[in-house]
Amino acid sequence: MKIINCPLNGPRNAQEFVHGGEFVAMPDPHRTSDSDWAGFVFLENNTAGVVREWWCHVPTAYWFIAERDTIKDEFIRTFDPSEIFRERVEFTRPEATKS
Amino acid sequence: MAFGLIKYGLSPSYPGKRFLSRQPELKSSYDVVIIGGGGHGLACAYYLAKNHGVKNVAVFEKGYIGGGNTGRNTAIIRSNYLTPEGVAFYDESVRLFQGLSEDLDFNILYSERGHFTLAHTDAAMRTSRWRAEVNKHLGVNSEVVDREDLKRLVPTLNLSEDVRYPILGALYHPPGAIARHDAVAWGYAGRAAEMGIEIHQGTEVTGLEIENGAITGVVTNRGRVGCGKAMQAVAGLSGVMAKMAGFKLPIKTVPLQACVSMPLKPFLDPIIVSGSLHVYISQGSRGELVMGGSTDPYPRYQTKSTLDFIEGLMAHILELFPFLADVPILRQWAGMTDMTPDFSPVMGETPVKNYYIDSGWGTWGFKATPVCGKRMAETIATGQVPALLQPFRLSRFEEYSLVGEKGAASVGH
Repeated sequence: MKIINCPLNGPRNAQEFVHGGEFVAMPDPHRTSDSDWAGFVFLENNTAGVVREWWCHVPTAYWFIAERDTIKDEFIRTFDPSEIFRERVEFTRPEATKS
Repeated sequence: MAFGLIKYGLSPSYPGKRFLSRQPELKSSYDVVIIGGGGHGLACAYYLAKNHGVKNVAVFEKGYIGGGNTGRNTAIIRSNYLTPEGVAFYDESVRLFQGLSEDLDFNILYSERGHFTLAHTDAAMRTSRWRAEVNKHLGVNSEVVDREDLKRLVPTLNLSEDVRYPILGALYHPPGAIARHDAVAWGYAGRAAEMGIEIHQGTEVTGLEIENGAITGVVTNRGRVGCGKAMQAVAGLSGVMAKMAGFKLPIKTVPLQACVSMPLKPFLDPIIVSGSLHVYISQGSRGELVMGGSTDPYPRYQTKSTLDFIEGLMAHILELFPFLADVPILRQWAGMTDMTPDFSPVMGETPVKNYYIDSGWGTWGFKATPVCGKRMAETIATGQVPALLQPFRLSRFEEYSLVGEKGAASVGH
């Protein structure tokens, strides 16, 4: 059984976690073109090597970020998202795009 | 055979023909370069020569032919999909498979077994009816069967209601079949080589040469060759090749595992699949049970087997066939699948001119080998993407016109 080090709960069985996809900056949904939004939603870097990605510890519904080597299948580092997100992310309202 | 063994066993020279002629030196350029010597790439090479007379073709395979996912799948062939686009596409593949041994003059051990997709919930029964109606409308033999039918058609299946997920019925697809997957790659390779196509094993493509937005050559570990057109058919490494070509794909590389049991007397004629339990099981020609489940829970570029997989899979298999509890597992392995978000493949043109793609084959690639090879050959030879492949174009994602294929393997519904 693989062990993942959860920043909140410590080392836990891998089966308690779900993979949440690549960590990429989300464009503002109301200020981006349809094709760029499709790129954000569908396209993958799918990197062979070290990646940064979202994971969730399901029993505690806790989302965190992991750095993982996809070739060696090794977790290099896991950390709380507050290391990156220091303040609340605000998005524009839909009507703001009319101006 | 036995006579030949005695006659030639002590002779220094064996008159048998080599299956593939000796690997030649690389030419300075080819009309078409196919990257990836799996079933798909080799089938494409074969149909390029046979149907279109394009013979100045090289297939580059970094390992050995059919050593990737072609030799790692569970060899199931069927066309009972859900989307009309998918059904039409896979139906052509089943029909090509049915005549393939004759076409290639090479026995691929095609064995028509019948295919049952078990339903354990009302939602799954509804999807089964939906799939059966779509299939019948397009001329594919499919029907919904109930527990009484199952008792008759699959007598060894556990229909007890005292299990976690009792079986309510199934989608029955009589043309469902299995075949010797390695033989498909070898058959295509042998016949393609006879027609003059060069198959270069141990030849890894390490870079692409693109000028003014069009492919002009590929760089390999054995040197650079020019090309008029090229196609990538590299399954789990699709994203790595696409990065060399300068575009991104809607593909994640996720391992898919499978295993076989020790050989048993024949007891299971049909192929049994359960989308809800993530199980597929069939009995191969050697008596081994060939079993697979869902993809691994997260993406990796790796083919390691895990105990988690085998434990999870067996828990479900033993609900369907409890008497297998004492049967040992003989082998377990993994392949790197190229999973798309809509469970449909990505085929046809790319942002690079004359550079074609054959990918997004996730857990459904082997059954598409002949049709994909034939139609990609048509695409490359004529420069026109046939109507059958149009729905699976790469640009469907930015057009938001996905082909949601809930009839794909390992997909719960």
